[in-house]
Amino acid sequence: MRHLSTALAALYAGLIYLFIFLPVVVLVLFSFQDGSLPVPPLNGLTLRWYEAIFADGKLMAALGNSLLVAVISSAVACVLGFLAAYAFARYTLPASGLLRGLIVAPMTVSTLIIGLGLLSMLNISGLRLSLVTVGIGHVVINLPLCFAIIYASMGGHQVNIERAARDLGAKDWQVMLLVTAPMLLPSILAAFFLSVTFSWDEFIVAFLLSRFDVTLPVEIWSMLRSGLDPKTNAIGSIVFLISVAFLVVMEFTVFRKTGKSS
Amino acid sequence: MAATALERTERRKAWAFALPALLWTGFFFLVPFAYMAAISFWTRQGREIVATWTLDNYVAFFGKAHFFKGLVVSLEITATVTVISILLAYPLAWIIAERVPKKWQRVALIMAILPFWTSYVVRSYSWLLVLSKGGVVNQALLWLGIVAEPLELSANRTGTVIGFVHFFVMLLTLTIYANLIQLSPNYRRAAADLGANAFQTFWFVVLPLTLPGIMVGAFLTFVLCIGDYITPQILGGNNELVLPQVIMLQLGRRADFPMAAALSLVLMVVVTLAYIACARWLKMERT
Repeated sequence: MRHLSTALAALYAGLIYLFIFLPVVVLVLFSFQDGSLPVPPLNGLTLRWYEAIFADGKLMAALGNSLLVAVISSAVACVLGFLAAYAFARYTLPASGLLRGLIVAPMTVSTLIIGLGLLSMLNISGLRLSLVTVGIGHVVINLPLCFAIIYASMGGHQVNIERAARDLGAKDWQVMLLVTAPMLLPSILAAFFLSVTFSWDEFIVAFLLSRFDVTLPVEIWSMLRSGLDPKTNAIGSIVFLISVAFLVVMEFTVFRKTGKSS
Repeated sequence: MAATALERTERRKAWAFALPALLWTGFFFLVPFAYMAAISFWTRQGREIVATWTLDNYVAFFGKAHFFKGLVVSLEITATVTVISILLAYPLAWIIAERVPKKWQRVALIMAILPFWTSYVVRSYSWLLVLSKGGVVNQALLWLGIVAEPLELSANRTGTVIGFVHFFVMLLTLTIYANLIQLSPNYRRAAADLGANAFQTFWFVVLPLTLPGIMVGAFLTFVLCIGDYITPQILGGNNELVLPQVIMLQLGRRADFPMAAALSLVLMVVVTLAYIACARWLKMERT
């Protein structure tokens, strides 16, 4: 009885894992397809689709744009989120519940609505659509997350250390930069890396708010119009590889550190 | 009594720290949102958008079949996806929490959500590869002799649902596992002591206690699924459109911002109603 249920559990888990990994395996496998259609049968293995994407100027530019937008917008979101978290955790502001609600509000609204709102406002403001407008949208999406993560980690136990620093003559900015920020570094990094992954992958806002320079998901989107193509498999595999590498780095830097300190 | 000078400078400092975030959210989220809400009552005349203040767009939503059907299709797909995803994810979360040795659980969980990190657009494209007429699934079924003709698995609702279920099984496994692992074994021991068999223990004790995890996951599934444009656009074909596709269509060909804004607000109201329906469980999670 016990053996039977273990076997059933293993079978079930195996099937679900197969379902979960099937598209990724097919994507990567057929990125090496020696032929122009990424479907079975597999004719042979080649690296020419990878050569093709690295030779594709538009695609490489989009990859660079994506990294640029992700890093800068996440940095801005973290700085704004950290300052606001500091203000709400260390001082008493009037209607602070309402104001905190305002900062996290974008999290509850779909990105389609955030993008559409910004687009209709930009239309009348005369500001041109560019990577800057995409970045502005991504800060709106990521600020609630950064604020919430950093605010949650600002406990009372750091207050005494900050007070000690102040008693020893540290100015406000010194306390914040040299005492509070280093103590909160694990959660600040977690917020930063999470928003980088969100921004890196975000499509709707990037699609609505960009025109000539686009981010990678938007460029891949326009590649899809030509149908199934091993080149799309190749760039998809690269994106997956970058995301996983990123995750591994995060696991070893941020989560290990938080694990040790607690 | 007036505030002391010290209190005043302290308060000024607090505002200085909070203002950048508040201004950013106010200027790039609240103002655009209010503007969008306003233009949902305006109309497009020729190429101009005129501030007419009418309910025409909302009347059109309920009156014109292709708008209203977008919402119906969206709700049907979202409901199907949520139910299937819970049914598939719960046993997996349970197996990881109960049957996998403690030190391997983290690895098992990370494996279960790894494809989460493939790019959003690429994930739907990968499913197109798998499900297309010449794709892996159809080729395998033909080769095994299970079907004589390739199945229509993409460019229809089946494709959209499979693409969505894949994503949300990963998400729900995570939320349900997090809930299961917190349960004290004492509950189960108590149930067993009182004479409950394995099924009764699960149905009357474990399942109700993991309801918060299910509801948090289900709510996230609902919100992300009903607002998604990519998956149905890539996998769903052109025969039936979901609401976000209808919204994007207003923007693209017709540049009808007022109609798109009205439809977006309808979408938001639906999400808010879902939140109110789930609020009881979502709150329980926090305490």
